[in-house]
Amino acid sequence: MTTKNIYTRGQLTWLVVLRVLIGWYFMYEGLTKIMTPNWTSYAYLRDSQGWFAPFFTMLTDNAWVMSTVNAINMYGLTIIGLCMILGCFVQFANIGAIGLLSLYYLSHPPMLDVHYLIRPEGSYMWVDKNLIMLGAIAVLMLFPTSKLIGLDRWIFRKCKK
Amino acid sequence: MSDKEIVNNENENQNSHLNVPKNGRREALKTLATIPVIGAMAYGVIKKKNQEYRNKRVGNIFAFETTPTVMDRQPDGQTIRLGIIGFGIRGSQLMQALGFATPQHIDHLKDLAKQDVQNTRYKDFLEQEDLNIVVNGVCDIFDVYAKEAATAGANKNREGSEGKFANLPVIYKNYKDLLAAKDIDAVIIATPDHWHGTMVIDAVNAGKHVYVEKPLTWTVPETYLVADAVKKSNVIFQLGHQGRQIEINHRAKEIIKKGLIGKVTLAEVSTNRNDPNGAWVYSIHPEANPSTIDWKQFEGNPVRIKEYLDYMTSVGATKYVGPDSRDKFSLERFFRWRCWWDYSTGLSGDLLTHEYDAMNHMLDLGIPASATSSGGVYFFKDGRTVPDVLQTTFEFPDRDMTMLYTATLASQYNRPRKIMATDATIELGSTLNVTIDPQSELYREKIQQGIIKAGEPFYRYASGKSIDALSSATEMYFAERGLLFSYVEGKRYNTTYLHLREWIECIRQKKQPSCGIKEAFEEAMAAHMGTRAYLEGRTMYWDADKQVITRG
Repeated sequence: MTTKNIYTRGQLTWLVVLRVLIGWYFMYEGLTKIMTPNWTSYAYLRDSQGWFAPFFTMLTDNAWVMSTVNAINMYGLTIIGLCMILGCFVQFANIGAIGLLSLYYLSHPPMLDVHYLIRPEGSYMWVDKNLIMLGAIAVLMLFPTSKLIGLDRWIFRKCKK
Repeated sequence: MSDKEIVNNENENQNSHLNVPKNGRREALKTLATIPVIGAMAYGVIKKKNQEYRNKRVGNIFAFETTPTVMDRQPDGQTIRLGIIGFGIRGSQLMQALGFATPQHIDHLKDLAKQDVQNTRYKDFLEQEDLNIVVNGVCDIFDVYAKEAATAGANKNREGSEGKFANLPVIYKNYKDLLAAKDIDAVIIATPDHWHGTMVIDAVNAGKHVYVEKPLTWTVPETYLVADAVKKSNVIFQLGHQGRQIEINHRAKEIIKKGLIGKVTLAEVSTNRNDPNGAWVYSIHPEANPSTIDWKQFEGNPVRIKEYLDYMTSVGATKYVGPDSRDKFSLERFFRWRCWWDYSTGLSGDLLTHEYDAMNHMLDLGIPASATSSGGVYFFKDGRTVPDVLQTTFEFPDRDMTMLYTATLASQYNRPRKIMATDATIELGSTLNVTIDPQSELYREKIQQGIIKAGEPFYRYASGKSIDALSSATEMYFAERGLLFSYVEGKRYNTTYLHLREWIECIRQKKQPSCGIKEAFEEAMAAHMGTRAYLEGRTMYWDADKQVITRG
């Protein structure tokens, strides 16, 4: 990956802003879960619909699997968000974020004839906010900024040396 | 800065060691530019935490120490040897709750699981705890049911028709022979209402522990005899109000006891059903006929029948007797006996009793001072004598409160139980909800501070999980639909199973179950007062000194 700044100032600014905004969203989602006593994704998973619903429902059958899934959500979201904001190991964070968003999308696909107990706050058909965010992160992966603005600037220069 | 001014990163790096102070600062700025964002988040999170802490202190008003409602099993306890009297709809349900089902039923559960992977009834049944019991005898006056009861009793390993079975329990033609059997410690009675009292007395006299379905009795005079017999004996007695095991009812009792809802003045309970099955129009078995049914035994104990007829005649309620002669064989009357006063106690005995016992559990009501009833046969005009719409009002002047029961068998509209008081109202459906009253004195300050929103549910409780109005909307939503149930407890419990389990464990540990003879007597008298008020069309009173029902 190049460390050359190939962006205009405007491009760089808004790419960094987008990265920080998504990071904020992830981190706060994670922190809220950590701070909620006995938080669990059980209800969300039980409410899964669509082709992959049996898989997500199956996860709730086993207490050990459930606690792993919960930990991944609580700490995964927080760490991914933190990395995006600080600009450290952002490419790994991006991969993690795309992974989690894909799972959220697949467990709650916004299909036409599907009704969820947790109703989404908007109106969606096939495309929802998870998918849009996934697209935005894919863009950020192809237009990386953390080596220009962020801790990766220092980390990767150290590595280079 | 224009495009030209953008610094090439590599150049910058190359120059960095030459011009350390300037580029170092620039480097540091670019590296750490977004760190203040973390500071902003930390500020927001701390602020939110403080707010939550303040709210939590209010939420703590409804904090409770969890008291286990399930009794501990005695390790290596004795095997309890059971006899089953009555294997109709309820009898078979009770046996399933004990872990004994017919192979046909197991096959059915297996089919359901095959058709739908989400259907876990078969798995749940297999996982149900072994209560260390054996079924040594069964009795039903319909031969087909008796044989089914025996195959269920032999199905210790919970297998389908392909399985291996233990020896069949003895099939008794007459319940008295079952009661005389030496290899039976305890009996479960799930017969029509007109047999309950007689069978309990006979079982107690035979030294058998008793679990009897509700209602306790069919006539008022036998109620005293049953209570005396049980009180004088050492048998462990449990009446089949499995609602005693509903966790949210225990929590409601705690809330009321702690004075968190203030002075209770009105409790409203109901029954709503809207299908023939719910109105007791059960299917008639194709193999049922005078040769497979012992009609003589079905008719009932002559002493009880006399008590019933004497009462009906004395109050001019003979229009409710019959209309068929008691000795006339009738498949309808055999399978749908609940529709006639000749065998049944109607809505009062079948469904009001559950509601009454629930309120008695939560509010320690005892026996009401008076009862009035009204209603009629308004929908199921199929020749039945018991009403399908019934309203009964119980008054408790000592407690300054009323309990209102309303029922229809022609509408399934869901009405939660409501306990209304000066500071808040408790609603009991699949969850417990507490709504603070806008005029509450107790919560006035908190309402004014905007911490409590009066008129909106403030506290919810669903199977082990407390949720106050400050919890997330999602949590409340799921709690309301009972979805958290199985996860919180780790297992979805059947209340009938818990009620039977409690009885069996009490036999082992010589303890008193939750719905013993005191509660049963209160339930029976309250229901009889309601029934008599309906039959006689006037208010019935309870003379607490003489322990009799009077007409004021």
